[in-house]
Amino acid sequence: MTDTQNFEPVIIGFTCNWCSYRAADMAGTARIKYEPNVRLIRLMCSGRLDPTFVLKAFSGGADGVLVSGCHPGDCHYVEQNYKALRRFHLLRRVLVQMGIEPGRIKLLWASAAEGAILADEINKFVEQVRALGPLNWKPAQSIIEAQASVSFQEVPA
Amino acid sequence: MTETQAKPKFAMYWAASCGGCEIATLNTGEKILDVDANFEVVFWPVAMDAKYKDVEAMEDGSILLTLFNGAIRNDENEHIAHLLRRKSKILVAFGSCANEGCMPALANLSSVQDIIDTAFTTLTTDNPQGLRPQPEWEAPEGKLHIPTMYPFVRTLDQVVDVDYYMPGCPPESHQIAAVIDLVIQVLQGKAELPPKGSVIGAGDSTVCDECARKRDVKVIHEFKRIQHVILDPNICILEQGVLCSGPATRSGCKALCPAAGSPCIGCYGPAEGVIDYGSRLITAVGSVIGSNNPDEIERILDGIPDPVGSFYRFNLAGSLLQAAKPAWTVKG
Amino acid sequence: MHEKEHPNEKIGVYVCHCGSNIAGTVDVEDVAKWAAEQLKHRGVVIARDYKFMCSSLGQELIEKDIKELGLTRVVVAACSPHLHELTFRTACKNAGLNPYLCELVSIREQCSWVHTNRTAATEKSKAIIAGGVERVIWHEPLTPLKVPIHPATLVVGGGIAGIQAALEIADAGYPVYLVEREPSIGGHMAQFDKTFPTLDCSACILTPKMVLAGTHPNITLISWAEVTHVDGYVGNFQVTIKQKPRYVNTELCNGCGICQEKCPKKVIDDIFEAGLGNRKAVYTPFPQAVPRYPVIDRENCTYFQKGTCRACEKFCPTNAIDFTQKEELLQMDVGQIILATGYDLFDPRRIPQYGYGRLANVFTSLEFERLTNAAGPTGGKIVLRDGVTVPKTVGIVHCVGSRDKNYNNYCSSICCMQSLKFAHLAEERTGAEVYNFYIDMRTPAKSYDEFYQRVLEEGTHFIRGRVASISDAARNPGEEGKLIIQVEDTLIGKQRRIPVDMVILSAGLEPRRDHKETARLFGLSCSADGWLIERHPKLDPVATMTEGILIAGCVQGPKDIPASVVQGAAAAARVLGKIQQKEVTMEPIRATVDQDKCSGCRICNNLCPFNAILFHADRAVSEVNPALCQGCGTCVAACPAGAISGTGFSDQQVLSQIEGLLMLNVRQLEAVPA
Repeated sequence: MTDTQNFEPVIIGFTCNWCSYRAADMAGTARIKYEPNVRLIRLMCSGRLDPTFVLKAFSGGADGVLVSGCHPGDCHYVEQNYKALRRFHLLRRVLVQMGIEPGRIKLLWASAAEGAILADEINKFVEQVRALGPLNWKPAQSIIEAQASVSFQEVPA
Repeated sequence: MTETQAKPKFAMYWAASCGGCEIATLNTGEKILDVDANFEVVFWPVAMDAKYKDVEAMEDGSILLTLFNGAIRNDENEHIAHLLRRKSKILVAFGSCANEGCMPALANLSSVQDIIDTAFTTLTTDNPQGLRPQPEWEAPEGKLHIPTMYPFVRTLDQVVDVDYYMPGCPPESHQIAAVIDLVIQVLQGKAELPPKGSVIGAGDSTVCDECARKRDVKVIHEFKRIQHVILDPNICILEQGVLCSGPATRSGCKALCPAAGSPCIGCYGPAEGVIDYGSRLITAVGSVIGSNNPDEIERILDGIPDPVGSFYRFNLAGSLLQAAKPAWTVKG
Repeated sequence: MHEKEHPNEKIGVYVCHCGSNIAGTVDVEDVAKWAAEQLKHRGVVIARDYKFMCSSLGQELIEKDIKELGLTRVVVAACSPHLHELTFRTACKNAGLNPYLCELVSIREQCSWVHTNRTAATEKSKAIIAGGVERVIWHEPLTPLKVPIHPATLVVGGGIAGIQAALEIADAGYPVYLVEREPSIGGHMAQFDKTFPTLDCSACILTPKMVLAGTHPNITLISWAEVTHVDGYVGNFQVTIKQKPRYVNTELCNGCGICQEKCPKKVIDDIFEAGLGNRKAVYTPFPQAVPRYPVIDRENCTYFQKGTCRACEKFCPTNAIDFTQKEELLQMDVGQIILATGYDLFDPRRIPQYGYGRLANVFTSLEFERLTNAAGPTGGKIVLRDGVTVPKTVGIVHCVGSRDKNYNNYCSSICCMQSLKFAHLAEERTGAEVYNFYIDMRTPAKSYDEFYQRVLEEGTHFIRGRVASISDAARNPGEEGKLIIQVEDTLIGKQRRIPVDMVILSAGLEPRRDHKETARLFGLSCSADGWLIERHPKLDPVATMTEGILIAGCVQGPKDIPASVVQGAAAAARVLGKIQQKEVTMEPIRATVDQDKCSGCRICNNLCPFNAILFHADRAVSEVNPALCQGCGTCVAACPAGAISGTGFSDQQVLSQIEGLLMLNVRQLEAVPA
């Protein structure tokens, strides 16, 4: 899926068990169609979102990451989505410094009743990431290419 | 000659490093005599004269213990890493550079071209002809090469199999002394080596465990730079608004920096089991920001002008992302 | 990395067709075959596809494979875990495998139902299964926590819903604490005159229940009190109740009412009489109050304000007046809590063009109830504000503050029936011409529509249109001295001006003004409109997301009396069910602090809204209380030392699932750098 002409992004989405995952379920029950590029992970709460997960997704080949949870004030665990919000803002700054466009990560609040809104936002996000092109996070590839021009001879194994 | 043949062989090498690890080793004082008493030092560029071909001539696995410090910046570093791996029984990634990349790995935020251009065109560089280093040069005696810089810095275990990890920038001398003691005990059959892949010469917790400052719950409304604040010596530095990496950094150093009035900057690397050091700081620092309002959060975060530099100061090469995209993207 | 460390499991993969729900879009046979081949190196020993995995035959497939192939993990690719996670966990349990070693991944709601491209949907299903397989390797066998249930129950709010709940629990033989903020229980229902559609006298049907609640041996009635603090978790709540001082000794008071008679200070009764009538500074809100003990309103009592009078004390035959009484804090242990705190009326002053508060003869629905009530300030006579004039024309406005984007977007459910009731009573008692201004006529329940037809036949005029304004500015002859209702009659397509003597605004129902504080106190969530959120709007309207706390009545949303009674009874049944089981089982999704790794940095300490994280200052380590922990995982994610682990959603499980979803465990791409 890295051919830039027919590029279809792969997006990892983090949802929370009580709101956004149920919104995705609701979109399914209502047969609302959206782009197949997002693969969802269910967490109990958006507050469970460890930045390591996002970094793992990008370094593992994802072109975009979606983080979703309950609307502020409606978190099933009272206020944990605010912690996700704070981490998200800091994480986004780190990603930009590392050369990952801010358009590749999105924070979205969706309640269990908002299946249609979630589907619509997913479609918009897929389009946004598609326009950015593949991320192709493969630093090791550049080493392999550089090794072709080394001056030292390889030590035989 | 027969005396030295009985002693196991020891080597220490510096790749892309500053020499601080060597100094810390020498700083163990008389302990260095124990090294001499128990080992035959066969290769240690700072302390003795030996050539690469001497190492190549040794039998594979004949060096019992090699302490390898420094990161892998160029192909010479990599070549010697492979060489020493072949020739050594036990290879230790010694110091932060070999463990996680340390300062050299901050170069992973820039491309090699940018680095060279910057180095050769600063205001104080006298380079009227705009010269740049060339990889090869024809000398009358033959072709000369200089080592090729790889697009980004790597850690030792990203190029060879590593037996043990000793973190720190540098590893504290008292920890080096402890490890020397342990190895000598193992040689004498009085102790066993820890399982392969273990971190040695460090603690089991994080720096806060060794820090004497009083800690309370944390809510941060503003981040301050150390030069703008006179710190209360008794209270947790992070609570006073200065970024301290202590909560995420492995213990073992006796929390020397916080004790001296300076925040921990993370040289001992991640705690046990953590795969990306910086994200632990992103999550911990992020979680205790004292606001739920996106605009206010952004305003508070403006107090951290260089998040990657602050959170991955020593650990960028060993992180999940490893290097910023500009560093390794092939320019068309 | 971690792949090398974990021993190989024996994984069974089951791909459900769900009839054509999944199989119609996803090539399920291909997916099962693919899993068996491409994930074999990860431990998949069998992969099947089947028409309906949730059927007994489908479950038997799993059970058989566990027993015969010695499966150690199971992945089912089917519908949403919210539907059948329990089904497949039970199948595993029946076959002797710990139920938490089973993972259900959704390829229906998340895939076949939302995508049309068969190739893309099939590929995505494979990725989802790869993610599930990689994740399930890291599942641990878990045991649900069992927690004992304290048999006492707290019911907050003494309206009809709360009274019903309390009576049902008490009748079953278990103790109930019924806490009420006002001096008497009864709630809004005690203020009404007649109830629709039967026109039963509200007090007549309510007071017997009130008396029962006040005298029941298993009910401890705590009125003139509020809950101030709630600690603990299901089965084991510690509640603090602030008992406001009545300044009346309830052991001595016999409810004779002499103090009220003799008290010289009249006060406008804003609450029970809706501001239409008076009470005294020492008062019971209404004659049938339960409990019968009066309270002294300190702000308006001459003795408290000026130091004189003390008439009540002088005349009390049992010496029950005690000016020295202090506020008391009561602590009690209960197992479960039912919140039935009711509603507040929409304040029509927010719609200035309706003139409430400015034009004297515009009344709210609650004010009109007090007018028609025989025990009310006018003795049941429907009169204008002057207290004398009987109206000849009455206008009743529906949907005041409801179904309105500017105020409350929702329908308040009872106003149509209430307005019809008002029309009937007004016509019956005064013979007035009655006009009802409505948008739709909502009369769905038993005998409701028949009541509407009756009121139609009684001659009430119905005008379909939202009232634009109510004014006293006369323009046309016949309008002088009247209130003119300006409205578009949408059935005839004309603007109309209807002059009336009296206007009744059927104001909408709103959450209590302090609903946010209440929600926070009990750890519950409110919807955007402010009603407390139920666990499921269709299937579980009385439970909340917090185990052990239930809701009943209008606190959950506007509803009529029968529905409130039903919810009160339903909540009671739920409570009794748990009490009978003597212990409650809690999902074992919890966080744990590794005390050796914890350095006591305290970053986690104030991240827990359930106060489940304790800090031990002596050892400088933090600890999670497993009974309070709700398993959100926020502290697990926040710990900078990685010292907090969480069961059910561990780091390893999620990171592995990411690898699987990116198909890294399938195509064996270059390994992610360690």
